Amino acid sequence: MSVAIRVIPCLDVDAGRVVKGVNFQNLRDAGDPVELAARYDAEGADELTFLDVSASSAGRETTVDVVRRTAEQVFVPLTVGGGIRTVDDVDRMLRAGADKVGVNTAAIARPELISEIAGRFGSQVLVLSVDARRVPGGATAGATTGADLPSGYEVTTHGGRRGTGIDAVEWAEKAAALGAGEILLNSMDADGTAGGFDLEMLRDVRERVSVPLIASGGAGKPADFVAAAQAGADAVLAASVFHFGTLTIGQVKDEMRGAGLEIR
Amino acid sequence: MGARVVVLDYGFGNVRSATRALERVGAEVTLTADRAAAQDADGLVVPGVGAFAACMAGLRAVRGHEVIGRRLAGGRPVLGICVGMQILFDAGVEHGERAEGMGEWAGTVERLDAPVVPHMGWAPVEAPAGTRLFDGVEDERFYFVHSYAARTFAQGHDDKADPRFSPPLVTWARAGTPGHGTRFVAAVEDGPLAATQFHPEKSGDAGARLLENWVRGLG
Repeated sequence: MSVAIRVIPCLDVDAGRVVKGVNFQNLRDAGDPVELAARYDAEGADELTFLDVSASSAGRETTVDVVRRTAEQVFVPLTVGGGIRTVDDVDRMLRAGADKVGVNTAAIARPELISEIAGRFGSQVLVLSVDARRVPGGATAGATTGADLPSGYEVTTHGGRRGTGIDAVEWAEKAAALGAGEILLNSMDADGTAGGFDLEMLRDVRERVSVPLIASGGAGKPADFVAAAQAGADAVLAASVFHFGTLTIGQVKDEMRGAGLEIR
Repeated sequence: MGARVVVLDYGFGNVRSATRALERVGAEVTLTADRAAAQDADGLVVPGVGAFAACMAGLRAVRGHEVIGRRLAGGRPVLGICVGMQILFDAGVEHGERAEGMGEWAGTVERLDAPVVPHMGWAPVEAPAGTRLFDGVEDERFYFVHSYAARTFAQGHDDKADPRFSPPLVTWARAGTPGHGTRFVAAVEDGPLAATQFHPEKSGDAGARLLENWVRGLG
């Protein structure tokens, strides 16, 4: 008996409303993040993630209020990512009731942000989110920037549309060394395909990183979650399969339990 | 009216979560660093998030260590959570630096030795016979997130060997798998002093029951 594989639904929140389609029965308002968070909590979510996709600072203010209201009634850990650029941004989210923050683009621009956040609040609050894609042509092919990428995976920004020339496995390793407490590995190739997580990428990162690893991108059926855990993921994150009711958290956990994985 | 609980606000806790979870189980909660209030409450909760040395320094800055000491001398309940538990031991070693703790219990808080650290997520515990804290939730999982822990617990430390006192009840848990991991102290029940390495305030219904068990024993 050891720590359970965590199942984490992710909600995209824009100016206080859940965006991307949500198609749940028995919800008064499918766009209310607080109500959805409570619903997932009741269904057995081991953690919840809000991704703040607000374009404006007013929208992000609203997210702070959503976090506050969620923390009033949800008693499992809550991670908030999106728009976190400074130690003060982290402080604001934690004070509102978040337990962890997800950092992505701002850390690519300025890696010291990772050690600043970890130094102030501890590694356990910091989830480094890595949006990675396979380099066309495989390792060292150069991608958009012509950079040398030994692992064959490149860190991207802007939803996978923009390359950075940074090797994704090396970046995960560096981030963990700087103090990231967890790596959220999002495959931009698998994202939205429902064809399963990128298992090879998970294994490659797992081999080099000893902080917890969250698999993201590509979940379609219960067996996909089992495969991700067997590839070395400590947690599995998904959005649309849960929002559209394609899968319930219970179904995913039943499959994992059947495969001999530890779940809560 | 519920038991009056103070959550010590010394700058190093997820105080909002702790406050809300205690309110959920019927406590009347005040979040403050005021010493008189902390001294006077039926129960005092000491949360803690971050580094051992920083938390201990923060606690000293509000003279929280004195409040804890006085409360315990008078047999008044204190509950430490996460780093709020770690600082009750003799010392903590993080990044090779040793920081003195409260010394209520013998032992040093050290880095976990497991394939994946931080130890993060829902893990089972080995609660001892006679536990009050885990009553009804002995077989549940609780939410842990930490890289350090006390890996030993010395019974019979100081005056606790006195036969008039019951020995501390220690609950264990494991980071990693058998053979590839560390066994560590997950909770202690020692007279008025109780503590958990995990976060009951983030452990769903199981955590709420544990907090309820603690609150029920107050005043």
